[in-house]
Amino acid sequence: MNLTIKVWRQDGPSDKGKMVDYKLTDISPDQSFLEMMDVLNNQIIEEGGEPIAFDHDCREGICGMCSMYINGEAHGPGRGVTTCQLHMRSFNDGDTIYVEPWRAKAFPVIKDLVVDRTSFDRIIASGGYVSVNTGAAQDANALPVNKDDADAAFDAATCIGCGACVATCKNSSAMLFVSAKVSQLSLLPQGKVEAHDRVLNMVKQMDEEGFGNCTNTGACEVECPKGISLENIARMNREFMFASLTNK
Amino acid sequence: MSLDSKIPEGPIAEKWTNHKNNIKLVNPANKRLIDVIVIGTGLAGGSAAASLAEMGYNVKAFCFQDSPRRAHSIAAQGGINAAKNYQNDGDSTYRLFYDTVKGGDYRSREANVYRLAEVSANIIDQCVAQGVPFAREYGGLLDNRSFGGVQVSRTFYAKGQTGQQLLLGAYSAMERQIGKGKIQMYDRHEMLDLVVVDGKARGIIARNLINGEIERHSAHAVLICSGGYGNVFFLSTNAMGSNATAAWKIHQKGAHFANPCYTQIHPTCIPVSGDYQSKLTLMSESLRNDGRIWVPKKKEDVEAIRSGKLRPREIKEEDRDYYLERRYPSFGNLVPRDVASRAAKERCDAGYGVNQTGEAVFLDFASAIMRYGREAANVQGIHNPDEKTIKKLGDEVIANKYGNLFQMYEKITDDNPYETPMKIYPAVHYTMGGVWVDYNLMTSIPGCYALGEANFSDHGANRLGASALMQGLADGYFVIPYTIGDYLADDIRTGTIPTDTPEFDAAEKAVQERINHFMNNKGSKPVDHFHKRLGKIMWEKCGMARNEKGLKEAIAEIQELRKEFWADVKVPGTANSFNQELEKAGRVADFLELGELMCLDALTRAESCGGHFREESQTDEGEAMRNDKDFTYVAAWEYTGEPSAAKLHKEELKYENIELKQRSYK
Amino acid sequence: MATPFALLKTSLVKKYWMSLTGIFLITFLIVHLLGNLALLGSNDGNEAQIAFNEYTKFMTTFPLIKIVSYVLYFSILFHAIDGLMLVAQNKKARPVKYAHNKPEKNSIWASRNMGLLGTVILIFIVTHMGSFWFKYKFTEMPIDPMGNKDMYSIVVLSFKELWYVLLYVVSMAALAFHLYHGFSSAFQTLGVNHPKYTPVIKKVGYAFSIIVPAAFAAIPLVIYFSN
Repeated sequence: MNLTIKVWRQDGPSDKGKMVDYKLTDISPDQSFLEMMDVLNNQIIEEGGEPIAFDHDCREGICGMCSMYINGEAHGPGRGVTTCQLHMRSFNDGDTIYVEPWRAKAFPVIKDLVVDRTSFDRIIASGGYVSVNTGAAQDANALPVNKDDADAAFDAATCIGCGACVATCKNSSAMLFVSAKVSQLSLLPQGKVEAHDRVLNMVKQMDEEGFGNCTNTGACEVECPKGISLENIARMNREFMFASLTNK
Repeated sequence: MSLDSKIPEGPIAEKWTNHKNNIKLVNPANKRLIDVIVIGTGLAGGSAAASLAEMGYNVKAFCFQDSPRRAHSIAAQGGINAAKNYQNDGDSTYRLFYDTVKGGDYRSREANVYRLAEVSANIIDQCVAQGVPFAREYGGLLDNRSFGGVQVSRTFYAKGQTGQQLLLGAYSAMERQIGKGKIQMYDRHEMLDLVVVDGKARGIIARNLINGEIERHSAHAVLICSGGYGNVFFLSTNAMGSNATAAWKIHQKGAHFANPCYTQIHPTCIPVSGDYQSKLTLMSESLRNDGRIWVPKKKEDVEAIRSGKLRPREIKEEDRDYYLERRYPSFGNLVPRDVASRAAKERCDAGYGVNQTGEAVFLDFASAIMRYGREAANVQGIHNPDEKTIKKLGDEVIANKYGNLFQMYEKITDDNPYETPMKIYPAVHYTMGGVWVDYNLMTSIPGCYALGEANFSDHGANRLGASALMQGLADGYFVIPYTIGDYLADDIRTGTIPTDTPEFDAAEKAVQERINHFMNNKGSKPVDHFHKRLGKIMWEKCGMARNEKGLKEAIAEIQELRKEFWADVKVPGTANSFNQELEKAGRVADFLELGELMCLDALTRAESCGGHFREESQTDEGEAMRNDKDFTYVAAWEYTGEPSAAKLHKEELKYENIELKQRSYK
Repeated sequence: MATPFALLKTSLVKKYWMSLTGIFLITFLIVHLLGNLALLGSNDGNEAQIAFNEYTKFMTTFPLIKIVSYVLYFSILFHAIDGLMLVAQNKKARPVKYAHNKPEKNSIWASRNMGLLGTVILIFIVTHMGSFWFKYKFTEMPIDPMGNKDMYSIVVLSFKELWYVLLYVVSMAALAFHLYHGFSSAFQTLGVNHPKYTPVIKKVGYAFSIIVPAAFAAIPLVIYFSN
């Protein structure tokens, strides 16, 4: 396959940045998207340029590090895939492919396609945990958990924190990410104890980070590589309402 | 320097308790005066950082990724072992201990393994309390499955994402402490050297990967939890960033490196598809519970499949060779990983590989789908169901168990594993070898510890499935919080370690010089070029089967390649900016030394054991043959300047509770 | 405990108010439509005129309705102001736009343009209230045979103006799109999402968003084209 790649190049946080065109030839359809980027980078290095910086690590769709906005969609045209799981067979010979970083005030660009997502960590630090110290746990089977609840908690817990929801949302809202963690922990008896404080604190931190509001467009659910459901957002809306109304 | 493993006295079942009762403690008020550096935030590092911070220590945690949640423990799929005996199948601490020692082919330390089995149950309790959503039965209690190399069901799991769920548990515990200010998190930072003051580990030199700044960080103890070194092979199931730099740096500063030749080649990975390949993807071992591995019996069928004339399901049952079931009737498809991998290689070497390159075998779910389908039909009260209904019901059961793995496979290969068997081949996955540690997990540098995959201690020459997660969390949650106190108790009056000392100066200067070399080197080839070549040498000559001639050649070739690398590597960009090529260059430089040490160790160990298979040491049937008389020891290598000149120290392994036997899974 | 006003700073609370006022406005639409349908009755013996004027009188004088009408004014204003605040905040959350974006791949147009649609509706409401509500309340009105203010004639006269009919129809189209997303979205925001009930809510919402604005738009069209 022969391709034209248009990539966002930005030297650093204060640089203005622009789209730059690259030509690639002989790309195999079985190659993954990031392997195509590797080839492009080695080509740039050999031509004496500076390679395109992009985040990636596990390359099997679980670490959540890769983060490219490809042809107008987070993680590209595939459904239920991260950028690293996208393969070139999703494209056609002669295609022009646009590659941009996640765009959000809360995800400032570090360089090229690399953005700073530590705002997600700060949201988790504000309450996305169960307050249990090592060694203080009772026997694992002491509290039975309804299987439906356990499965729903698991589905919410599969979030990889990649930020595609934010990147996709027209408002750069982090509601899907935050609600997934809120849901996971509030569905389980272990997490119910501090559910109210958790949802209040996490939403507060989310707002402070500068994410937008949820308009229920549903785009996040469609683009989420793990298919995290909008039901989680509804659950968080519910929990937050009760928590605000009953909080002393 | 002599090796003192510091194994406590007494009967094996009481060693750990006795040890805990006798080691020194640091009182809560004094813990606040002590700093601990943790390198890596995977299961070992994350759990250690969180636990130590909860106890009151000031923790500084480092990871090269953008968030501690990205560590590669997240990719572990299958599960975590624990001797809970929830399934009433006779499991016990002793059995887990026994299985692990046997699975490790009698090359691990008994006392360490027993402790691991002992604390395994606490790990499950801890994780459930954190909100880890393990799979459950309809009654609300935890579910288990069985894994390779054992005959009980002791593996706890969360679909095919167990590692992710456990890591997110440890990560959230860490974030809780970060929120409290007890952990200072340094993400996008890479440790580039260890600082040793008066013989003790007192700090590190790290590079801020965003702006390239070289930073000094001091502490009273340094924990290396940086994972394994599988990426020496270039292609492995490790993450792209997984590296051995932290472990190699402490090795250069005096920590012995143990059993580097013990690498685990995982039998069920997606085969290589082309030269552009950047990494390999694992298909969880749990698939072997229900999948049957086979190749055609006839060469002409192999040819027909390769050329696309025949589809795998068209091969008649009697023309299939279920070689694991044939060779190992009692364990069948559930033999340990090393055995399964070698068996696949044997078939492919004999010309029965089923893909274009001849390096793949089938993993087939057809019979499991039909079996589960019939069961489900019975449960739902469907009498005399037709084939289609059975298949549909069976597909649903399989989707429930392995849905995400099947999906992952389809995304990569464009093949639907519900309809056609998966193609799999072994790939480098885990490294049992690592930094030598004593019973307290301290390396041969006082104050420097190694946890998780980074150390060598618990898996011997082969790791059993679902044991890596167990070990990482055992080390971090339940071992280091106790044992570190024994060392730090002497440091309560030391005060903050200053960073403006000659030792820090010297370490920073060395780091700076190396970076300068890369930046000023007017080479012609990118880092990947050298990494790929190293990988090729390692895979061919120090991979699934090794021999004296190949290993000697490999050592010479790596030395040559290393020279070429330093002279001709091309690193673009600048040192004081975000520069991923510079990061890679440093890591590959260290792999180029470690690879050589691996070959040296493999050469020295002239026996077959676990994942280390020396062609010179096998039975008539082609099974691995140990040599207990000469090799029942841990090979701990001391750095002397050149990898090939490393000095060998032997720690004799004493088996007081388990009788050494030639492993048999027949 | 945060005060109710402090809570308004929270993104979620702003959204709750959008939903609550939105749902209230939806119920108002039903009442308003039922009254308006009187306009379509036969007027051979002034029946429609008398019925409609009775209805307007009732709506403007009955005490309980009066109270509700204040809630209504508040809701409209609050829904608009809160909405505009949200839009402004959302714009700030993404200072740099994508060079190449394909939002149509993952969401419907209406859901992404609630602010725009709302603004059209707001402009309509202002015009609409100016020409009917303001006239009724603050200007001299003709009187019908029953002695009530003759709103009927005013309305019919307006609906003979082409531009006014067009404004009406366009605005009702905007309302349709606004409701198409807004109806079910209001429930989602209030946390009502259940595998069993959400599909029903969605279907009702889609039906509502088509039938109600269509009926509203039909009235001026029928009057315009009838003699």
